[in-house]
Amino acid sequence: MATFSTNEFKRGLKIMLDGDPCAIIENEFVKPGKGQAFNRVKIRNLKTGRVIERTFKSGDTVEGADVVDIEYQYLYNDGEVWHFMHPESFEQLSADAKAVGDAAVWLKEQDICMLTLWNGVPIAVTPPNHTILKVTDTEPGIRGDTATGGSKPARLETGAVVQVPLFINIGDTLKVDTRTGEYLSRAEKA
Amino acid sequence: MADWAPSATLAVLQTRARILARIRAFFHERGVMEVETPLMSRAGATDPHIESFTTRYQGPGAPGGCTLYLHTSPEFPMKRLLAAGSGPTYQLCHVFRQGEAGRRHNPEFTLLEWYRPGFDDHALMDEVEALARQVLGETRVLGPTERLGYREAFERHAGIDPLRIGEAELVAACERLGVPAVPGLKGRDAWLDLLLTHVVEPQLGRGHLCFLHDYPASQAALARLRNDAHGDAVAARFELYCEGVELANGYHELLDADEQARRFAADRATRARNGLPDVPADENLIAALRHGLPDCAGVALGVDRLIMLAVGAASIEEVIAFPLERA
Repeated sequence: MATFSTNEFKRGLKIMLDGDPCAIIENEFVKPGKGQAFNRVKIRNLKTGRVIERTFKSGDTVEGADVVDIEYQYLYNDGEVWHFMHPESFEQLSADAKAVGDAAVWLKEQDICMLTLWNGVPIAVTPPNHTILKVTDTEPGIRGDTATGGSKPARLETGAVVQVPLFINIGDTLKVDTRTGEYLSRAEKA
Repeated sequence: MADWAPSATLAVLQTRARILARIRAFFHERGVMEVETPLMSRAGATDPHIESFTTRYQGPGAPGGCTLYLHTSPEFPMKRLLAAGSGPTYQLCHVFRQGEAGRRHNPEFTLLEWYRPGFDDHALMDEVEALARQVLGETRVLGPTERLGYREAFERHAGIDPLRIGEAELVAACERLGVPAVPGLKGRDAWLDLLLTHVVEPQLGRGHLCFLHDYPASQAALARLRNDAHGDAVAARFELYCEGVELANGYHELLDADEQARRFAADRATRARNGLPDVPADENLIAALRHGLPDCAGVALGVDRLIMLAVGAASIEEVIAFPLERA
C-alpha cells in the first residue's frame, strides 16, 4: 500500500493508524514561527466510527489504507450475516454484525446501500439516507388527528422503532431518515 | 469561486490597504525610516525550523550561475543598515518560507519588521502594543495587555516548569494533558513546541494582547541571553499573541559576533544531523556585528494575521488576494 506524507493530508484521505483503517476528517498545519511544525488531524476510525485526534511532525509519512466505498444491493440476512450483491457484476459479499452495526435495523431487501470495504472486506454499511418501511406494530391510530402534536412509538418491518404522529396505523408505509431515525412523512401506497 | 478571482473580498482588500497606510503613518510620525533590502540573498536562514526557497542567478558577475535564497525575513540586511548608522528603520515586505501552508500560513506572506536602537525588549513591547492597538482597536475591544513569562505561562496552563523539566517528564506531561503522542518527536524544545501549540497558545491573549517573554535559552534564535529572577538563563525574546494567534516575534538583539557565529554553526550542525539541506551563514552579518551593531531591539510582525484579527477572518486566504493555490 502507498504511504502518504503529511503534505498529502486532506479530508477523506484513508490511512492506517494503530492497525485500523481511518479517514481524515480535519487537517490543520500548526507551527510556531521559530519552532517545530505539526499536522493536527481529526481522524475517524472506520471500524469503530470513533473520532480521535492525532498530531504528526510535518513531513512524516503514514501508511495508506486500502478502503473504498461501493454501492451494493442488500439481499437478505441468513440469521448470521447480511448478504449483498454488486448491481452490475452480481458479485456477492457478506457482512458480519460488527460491520453492519446500527445499520441492521434499516436494511430492507433490495435497497441500495454503501459498503465500505477494507482490503475487499466490508467494515461498514451505510443504508440509504431515506427509506420507506411498513409499520408492523403501533397503538391504534386516532382518527382525524392529522394536525395536532403528540407522538407514539411504532415498530417497522426491519425492526427499527421510530416516533410517529398519533394518526399512523399498522400497515401504513412511512418515509424515515436513517441518519437521525426520524419519521419524515407517510409514503404513497405502492 | 473561480480560480482567477481573488480569494479575499474587495472590502477586506480595502481594509488591508488602509491598515498598510496606517502602519506607514505610525512609523513616519515616530521618525522611523522605511527601508528596502534584497528579497534574494546570497545567504539564507540557518534556523533548522525555517526553510528557504532558492533560485538561481546567471549573467554578468556570475557566468557559472549562483544560488540565491529568497529571504525568510529581512533581519540580516536590516542589521547591516543599523551597523552602518541608519538609526531606527522599518520594512514592510513579502517574505518566503518553504513548506508552510495552512489556515494561518501562506508560503509567501507580508512581514513588518522594525529596529529600535536604544530600546530593550520591554521598551519595544510598548511600541508593538501601541501599533497593535491602533490597528485592532477599530474593530476589537482589547482588555489590559498582559506580559507573561514563558515559564509562568507553562506553569499556569500546563502545570510544568519548562526551563527545568527533563524530556521524559515532558513526554509524561503531554500524556497527562491529553496531547496525543507524536511519533518520532525528539528533544526538549520539540516537546515544548508541542505543548505550546496544543495547550498553551490557545489560551493566550483571549480578549487582549499577550506578550510571552523570556524564552528558554535553547530557543534564543537571535536574542541575547540574560538570567531571570530564578537565576536561569533565558532569551530576551518575546512573542505577541492575540486570541491564541502568534502575531510577532521580537528580540533584544544579540550584538556579539562570536556568539552569532557559534549559533550559525550550531544551526548548521543541527541541519546536518536532521538531514536538512545546508544553508550558507550570512558572513556579512557577522562582519557587521564585528564592526559594531548599536544596542537595539527588533521585531517581526505577521501583517496578514494582524489583518485577519482586524476583520475577524478564520483563514489567511480571506485577507490575501491570491494565496498559493491561486498564485
